[in-house]
Amino acid sequence: MKFGVIVFPGSNCDHDSFYTLENVVKQEVVSLWHKDHDLQNVDAIIVPGGFSYGDYLRCGAIARFSPIMNEVVNFANKGGIVLGICNGFQILTEAGLLEGVLTRNQNRRFACKNIFLSVQNNKTKFSQGLEKSEVLQVPIAHGEGNFFAPQDTVKRLEDNGQIVFRYCNKDGEITSESNPNGSINNIAGIINKNGNILGMMPHPERCSDKTLGNSDGKKIFEAMIKSFLV
Amino acid sequence: MNEQEANFELAQKHGLNREEYNKILEILGRVPTYTELGIFSVMWSEHCSYKNSIKILKTLPRTGKRLLVGAGEENAGLVDIGNGLAVAFKIESHNHPSAVEPYQGAATGVGGIMRDIFTMGARPVASLNSLRFGELTEPRVKYLLDGVVRGIGDYGNSFGVPTVAGEIYFEKSYSGNPLVNAMSVGIVEHGKTASAIAKGTGNPVLIVGATTGRDGIHGATFASEEISEASESKRPSVQVGDPFTEKLLLEATLEAIQSGFLVGIQDMGAAGITCSTSEMSAKGEAGMEIELSLVPTRDEKMTPYEIMLSESQERMLVVVQKGFENEIIKIFKKWDLHAVKIGTVTEDKNLTVKFHGELVAKIPSWFLVLGGGAPVYERETKKPSYLETTSNFDLNSVPKPENLNEVLEKLIASPNIASKKWVYEQYDTTVRTNTVVGPGKSDAAIIRLKGTNKALSLKTDCNGRFVYLNPRKGGQIAVCEAARNVVCSGGEPLAITNCLNFGNPYKPEIYWQFKEAVTGMGEACKILETPVTGGNVSFYNENPESAVFPTPTIGMLGLVEDLKDVTTMNFKNEGDTIFLLGKNKEEIGGSEYLKVFHGKITGEIPEIDLEAEKKLQKTLLKAIRRGWIESAHDVSDGGLAVTLAESCFCGEQTFGAEVQIDFKREDFALFGESQSLVVVSARDANVLELVEFLEQENVTVSKIGIVTLQNLKINSSICLEIEKLKKLYETSLEKLI
Repeated sequence: MKFGVIVFPGSNCDHDSFYTLENVVKQEVVSLWHKDHDLQNVDAIIVPGGFSYGDYLRCGAIARFSPIMNEVVNFANKGGIVLGICNGFQILTEAGLLEGVLTRNQNRRFACKNIFLSVQNNKTKFSQGLEKSEVLQVPIAHGEGNFFAPQDTVKRLEDNGQIVFRYCNKDGEITSESNPNGSINNIAGIINKNGNILGMMPHPERCSDKTLGNSDGKKIFEAMIKSFLV
Repeated sequence: MNEQEANFELAQKHGLNREEYNKILEILGRVPTYTELGIFSVMWSEHCSYKNSIKILKTLPRTGKRLLVGAGEENAGLVDIGNGLAVAFKIESHNHPSAVEPYQGAATGVGGIMRDIFTMGARPVASLNSLRFGELTEPRVKYLLDGVVRGIGDYGNSFGVPTVAGEIYFEKSYSGNPLVNAMSVGIVEHGKTASAIAKGTGNPVLIVGATTGRDGIHGATFASEEISEASESKRPSVQVGDPFTEKLLLEATLEAIQSGFLVGIQDMGAAGITCSTSEMSAKGEAGMEIELSLVPTRDEKMTPYEIMLSESQERMLVVVQKGFENEIIKIFKKWDLHAVKIGTVTEDKNLTVKFHGELVAKIPSWFLVLGGGAPVYERETKKPSYLETTSNFDLNSVPKPENLNEVLEKLIASPNIASKKWVYEQYDTTVRTNTVVGPGKSDAAIIRLKGTNKALSLKTDCNGRFVYLNPRKGGQIAVCEAARNVVCSGGEPLAITNCLNFGNPYKPEIYWQFKEAVTGMGEACKILETPVTGGNVSFYNENPESAVFPTPTIGMLGLVEDLKDVTTMNFKNEGDTIFLLGKNKEEIGGSEYLKVFHGKITGEIPEIDLEAEKKLQKTLLKAIRRGWIESAHDVSDGGLAVTLAESCFCGEQTFGAEVQIDFKREDFALFGESQSLVVVSARDANVLELVEFLEQENVTVSKIGIVTLQNLKINSSICLEIEKLKKLYETSLEKLI
């Protein structure tokens, strides 16, 4: 499977995603420069974390106007697989590919720590093979990860099974104490209605290599590959 | 152009003394122009010239088989770590800016040290810091702490380098003059480094990166005077950081260096264009002619004086091989950055500065720089009188507390000991996917080196209270403890960088502290074979009341030869045996216990035997490499009891411990901060071999207990539930903020 990792000015998890896909998940990977229009025939796109364009104005607000984003939108609208991580999730919401918005963390401070995710929908291209309610340990590192959407939108997302990951505690219980940023309904990751675009605030690429002590994140990339090969 | 006329009075306002002004007249053979005076004043400021410290610094051991460049030769030290790789690392202070504008002060401190690393061609892989504040009871201290932490976080997080280790202490002496020391560590392949040099007559000189504004003018001079009530007006001397531009500059710079078309490159930190042009040309024994009207500025009305002295961030000066300017400009353009030719390398060894064709400065660059014509002084010293009182204080006169549980709880809750989680969770500690061990888990941070089985072990350390009470021994201890931390994490200490934070060097007592502390550091570095690769001196750390505790912060670089050696501080298995390595001398002088429980900062500080320390470290590292050690944690702030508590609760799974400790006086044995002590745990299967080995190597070893599940029990005096203690440890700092 061939992955493309977008490089915006200010992306800083592009190398991490690239390294993980190439060396840990062992797939073909190319970098996609923000000023380009060529997607180089990739099978899936990673919109990586970081501070694209300094996150000035609003997270992801400038990145969505990058030349490459036109191609990403076209690719996604044709059913191409897109995974947005952290800043990537923010960019996908700004680009209108995913619903909702990521606002300042409730305590107004950047938060970097390991959190737990409960798999809410294990039928997606990004979570198949995982158990329903399986608990994954994944790090977060963001200042603006507080997911918000109007009530009816949240209800629709919930009803359609578009909530893929929720913050939970070690035992899988979805509690307010385990919510690191104030996200509505503990939402950590959502998918679009067609099931080909996922955005998540936690960083699976940071916990895929067992040398770093935790490889739960690898399961998400493996699910993507599996669904692609089927 | 109407520049102010220079005279001695104006020179004085620029911080120059009569002797220095006369020297300028002699060098130039005439009265300097206003711009020239500005240039001399910043280049000869303490911050750039090290005029009051360089003589003493030269006594430090600065050679070693792994050092690829000597101290002071380049922007940072460079250490060989095998596999064709080298580590560039350095620590620097940003104390004065942070005292008046904590957020930008700290942020640009991080930015500045990062540029020192990537200007050498190394990609930064880790960031550390060392912070000192007044007591948290003061509202302003809370403001400073909040601003500094957000500044470090926002800059480093956006720039994309993990902040993996550091230290924070709160002591009254730092009130009003916090210390903000930032360290950066980068990796570069051998032979791919860049040098801060200008050579090759006719080669073009380019300014790259951000535009030049009025921020930071005279920042270097501001850093070379005491903080006072008037300092608030120096707010404009504080630079403003833009981590996004720095990130672009990083990528463009590394690409430009790899292109092979660069002759030399230097970042613009203190004294901006002035410093980079004069230092690069002096190093290359060349001259440089620049035209300031070509510099992209933020305000077209900026004067040559302002352009030369601006400390706007995220800029570099590069010298390019003639004919290849466009290749370099193309790279910076790709990253949406300016790259503008502003001059050329000349043969005449002068720094020649023009503005719209008119000459505004012409100075032989050698005379401006450290190691050249910049002044060098050795100041008067005098042993401070307070030491008479403190070293003769009878520690036995301290009353013995009735309830040692209460003491331990009080210590665990002290902001100097309690978990710094509130701080480090605001820093991205895991970006770049190399963080094997982040903050709070081991005595040092572990950063793996992709493509190898090795890792770096990194730590900053200094007990300023010890240095205050005995500068020489305190200096030794700072080095020893940093090295011990690296060993406890499974690494071999290789080299240090240092940030020497002291008061006003013109006060003989301060200069005595400085000289003594540097001597002590040097002695320890020699014995431990960890040479000094560079660093920074920050004098004038005083507020209207007093000087700060002398604080020579050590940034230690260690190498983990094999990832299997990585060791953390937490106990691993119920039933493991707990050992104490080293002799507990029950010394409470200068301890956190004495301060927190008895309200005293006094006494003779613990003894340090450098040879015994070295023996302990070498032996422990061997034992770790043989796989016999489950956990290792050195005894430091709060003493043995705190060390044991931390080993119980710092892992994901908590443990208890049942411990028996011999003592002459129990509170001294449990809370004293004797040196060269490490608590380790070992599985039953390894106990015999481990003990035999330690005895054979003549390292004192005592079996002091076993790992249990729930409570920390020490003798019959301490029995505390570990979960409760953990909660106290994790929540105490935040409660004070």
